[in-house]
Amino acid sequence: MSGQWPLWEVFTQPADGSPHEHAGSVHAPDAEMALQNARDVYTRRGEAVSIWVVPSSAITASSPAEAGPFFDPGNDKPYRHPQFYKVPRGVKSEE
Amino acid sequence: MSEPTQPKGSDDPAQVAAFEARIARGETIEPKDWMPERYRRQLVRMMSQHAHSEVVGMLPEGNWITRAPSLRRKISLLAKVQDEAGHGLYIYCGTETLGVDRAELIDQLLAGTAKYSSIFNYPTLTWADMGAIGWLVDGAAIVNQTMLAHASFGPYARAMVRICKEENFHKRQGYEIMATLAAGTPAQKAMAQDALDRWWWPSLMMFGPSDKESPNSAELLRWKIKQKGNDELRQRFVNLTVPQAAAIGLHIPDPLLTLDKETGDWEFGPIDWNEFMQVISGNGPCNRERLAARRKAHADGAWVRDAAVAHAAKDAARSAA
Ligand SMILES: [Fe+2]
Ligand SMILES: [Fe+2]
Repeated sequence: MSGQWPLWEVFTQPADGSPHEHAGSVHAPDAEMALQNARDVYTRRGEAVSIWVVPSSAITASSPAEAGPFFDPGNDKPYRHPQFYKVPRGVKSEE
Repeated sequence: MSEPTQPKGSDDPAQVAAFEARIARGETIEPKDWMPERYRRQLVRMMSQHAHSEVVGMLPEGNWITRAPSLRRKISLLAKVQDEAGHGLYIYCGTETLGVDRAELIDQLLAGTAKYSSIFNYPTLTWADMGAIGWLVDGAAIVNQTMLAHASFGPYARAMVRICKEENFHKRQGYEIMATLAAGTPAQKAMAQDALDRWWWPSLMMFGPSDKESPNSAELLRWKIKQKGNDELRQRFVNLTVPQAAAIGLHIPDPLLTLDKETGDWEFGPIDWNEFMQVISGNGPCNRERLAARRKAHADGAWVRDAAVAHAAKDAARSAA
């Protein structure tokens, strides 16, 4: 017995022009088989026009325990949103 | 098989409280989030049993692929069984996010120490059983999985969403088989009725014991792994299925079945939980056969897995050179 094949994360692009989304994972001995397995597992009904596979070990994720302070710099800047600014009455703006 | 109980107080009470507040707010728990050890263990238990059920569930139907009555039926059954393999993989993949290896789970299945749905330990005696399984077994699975698509654990819920999209085809191909047989010759209709007679009660058992008797139900509900109890789901399935049987002229094998006009529920007779306990503890008609078939398939595939590893190693060495 040869132990377990490495784990790959699978990202599928549902249609031309849309971004790749995480679909799940597969086990495979190499990238080529990971792509084939991902196709058979996640796209049996034409759910994708493109697939990426990435070794799971290559992914670095933000830590949920530190999500508060980590994302804080983006949470306290209302002036980054258009609603922060006043527009004179009757003036049409594009939003 | 009883779960070892977690010694009380091993999780930090403040963290448990924060976790339960998240559950109460309807938030989704992701693999790297803090979770009580008991929540993690319940998920591993439930998800691995679910994944095993998908895999073992291929066997009773695989039995009929080469004997399907037409090419149309054959390609449908083949595609359905292939979907079930996919379902097993989606859920194993979700379970692995909790820090267990799929290989470890499969070893438990092959060793006979893991549970899977009791329904797959019944034999598939006639072609009509392919109809009954798609209609009733996948029908029951849809009721259960639609609820699980709202599970508090993200990877489980997402696997269920994916699965639910595929299950309607399974149910409809089964119901079509039943409807066709029921509208056929007297012998064909008798075959359909016989399949319904044999699969009806085991299908009701698929939802598990009554919540009052189910050791895990309260905890699963409290943590919103499940949103509805076993009895409520079973009732929903019965209410959906009784009119479907009537529509194709088949008879549900329950003399006590009556419509409660006030609630709109179809009241059904008592379930033989003794039979359920027998089957779940390994003494159903096909338990040994199913495990033997899985073990043989796993052993027969060993050379393919080994060859793939050898090929990958050779390729890597070549491109390094
Ligand atoms: Fe399934
Ligand atoms: Fe199914």
